[in-house]
Amino acid sequence: MSDVLLDADVLVIGGGPAGCWAAITAAEAGATVVLADKGYCGSSGAAASAGHGVWYVPPNAQMREEAMASREALGGHLADRNWSSRVIDTAFHQVNRLEQWGYAFDNGGGASSSRKVGKDGHVNYSRGLQGPAYMRLMRRRVTSARVKILDHSPALELLTDATGQVSGAAGVRRQKGGTWSVHAKAVVIATGGCTFLSGGLGCNVLTGEGSLMAAEVGAHFSGMEFSSAYAIAPKFSAVTKTAYYQHATFTYEDGTVVEGAGWHSRSPIARALDEGPVYAVLDQAPAEIHDRMRKGQPNFFAPFDRRGIDPFTERFEITLRSEATMRGTGGLHLADNACQTDVAGLFAAGDVATREYICGGFTGGASHNGAWAISSGTLAGAGAAQHAFARNGVGPVAGPANRRSVFESDAPTAESVQWKEIARTVQGEALPYRKNYFRTAERLRESLGVLDQTWQAVNTDLRWDAEDVVHAREAAGLTAVARWMYTSALAREESRGMHKRLDAGKPDAAQRRRLFVGGLDELWTAPDPVAPYTGIDVTVAA
Amino acid sequence: MIEVVSAERCIKCDICIKVCPTNVFDRGADGVPVIARQSDCQTCLMCEAYCPEEAVFVSASVTPEPEGSHYRDEAFVTANGLLGAYRRAIGWNTRPPRHEHVPTPSGA
Repeated sequence: MSDVLLDADVLVIGGGPAGCWAAITAAEAGATVVLADKGYCGSSGAAASAGHGVWYVPPNAQMREEAMASREALGGHLADRNWSSRVIDTAFHQVNRLEQWGYAFDNGGGASSSRKVGKDGHVNYSRGLQGPAYMRLMRRRVTSARVKILDHSPALELLTDATGQVSGAAGVRRQKGGTWSVHAKAVVIATGGCTFLSGGLGCNVLTGEGSLMAAEVGAHFSGMEFSSAYAIAPKFSAVTKTAYYQHATFTYEDGTVVEGAGWHSRSPIARALDEGPVYAVLDQAPAEIHDRMRKGQPNFFAPFDRRGIDPFTERFEITLRSEATMRGTGGLHLADNACQTDVAGLFAAGDVATREYICGGFTGGASHNGAWAISSGTLAGAGAAQHAFARNGVGPVAGPANRRSVFESDAPTAESVQWKEIARTVQGEALPYRKNYFRTAERLRESLGVLDQTWQAVNTDLRWDAEDVVHAREAAGLTAVARWMYTSALAREESRGMHKRLDAGKPDAAQRRRLFVGGLDELWTAPDPVAPYTGIDVTVAA
Repeated sequence: MIEVVSAERCIKCDICIKVCPTNVFDRGADGVPVIARQSDCQTCLMCEAYCPEEAVFVSASVTPEPEGSHYRDEAFVTANGLLGAYRRAIGWNTRPPRHEHVPTPSGA
């Protein structure tokens, strides 16, 4: 067991696509870079274990106009055209580099970008990436860019200098033992969204402690009310690839069809699940596309094959798994175009940052999050490198003051709780669609009452040993994220994007603005003073 | 969840220990990884994808297989081609694993 102490220009926390792109970009700019991942850079996170599309729009004015316009209404007109243009440009450029680096795109007959029109009429331009191969390649590129990777090295806290500027992070080395500490002139946080250990494919590492660390140094969030995403999954399985359910028929136990249920219409499924089991069968998929579906998403079929179920002909029980702020759009507020947060020296990329700029309040799923990871990673990496070059050095640094140590547990008391109890309580409030999908002020207040108590318990009664120090920090992260979500959801007294309030079912034109939330013990909300730049006359749009 | 690491096929390369995002494995005394923290497994199949010897089997279920389940039985999953199936499904089995090696005729 030994402790690791490193100096770098830029520290990247998180080794998913956003973190990898940030690390590569910073290194290409000439910065010395360390990347620390909780698990293994290349297999960790939502992208590595699944296939996903990337918003990939050719540089053609008409196509770009169509691509940006297609989701603006769905997102409640909170997206921003300036951001969207930047994200599309950057993603297009970087995806083309993937091809130069040897990524073998399956172009399905030669088309490099597919224009798809969904059943609801919205247009999507995307290019498919296979997660395992994509992220294996990204790790190789990170390594060849001379980035120092610390695997199995969860960060537990951010470090700041005397002026409050973010100057590194510290954590533990889970496999090698001991601690690590990196002093850096800029930090990119790319720790992903939060899905409350709901068991979605590859997503149980997304537990919110990165957001918590950022809040502890003074960062705040935007759009945390857009966090009610649920994915359809076989009940026995982790596979949450929802797009294939466009070919599904949904039925109750007795075989009658769940009216109105569909891939893009999950409310009837959620209501039906409240009453009893719901089943699906992909019987609407024509036989000639079965092979293509299998090649497109091998991991969708792996669980069925293992169980000997033919999903095209045999019905299977389904559930909805929470994808909260991962497929939702809320996250850290970005104060400038280089993805810097409101705290000097702290940049954010990927799902830990708000994606409202490109999706508004609608889901970031189906290719937007993929493009966001690439683009925000690239912008944050470049911004962090510039910030580092402009900064002289790093003086003495410390973790947030006036807080219990996140490394050493206090001695147990009669009131002590373990991380599992905290996590279970938070799950009880954050996972049920009755609470998070169909929201009302009353239910939100009830949940916040429980969550405020849980936060208190995190602060005073949570204890851990060396084995579960990381889980203890994750439990604190889950609690903090759930409180920001519901505080924000309570403050948005309307329905907009994915945020559904049963007691305020219509959008309210006066609330067409993004909403900030922040704080640790005492939470606050405030409207974003910057209005979304839409390029269209939205006074007529709600 | 992760259910089987085949000691017979394992070459003690530690790759599964390294790539597991949730740190489920420990290195056993004999070098063969042991499933030390199954409850942390998130069924992401990364170990099965990365294991060069097709020595790993992850069951489809997000909960542990019950006592007596044949998905816990190395002989069953081997006989049914389930060990390393995901690696083959995503086309990462470009080099045949050791258990498939056939002796090369001398001089060939």
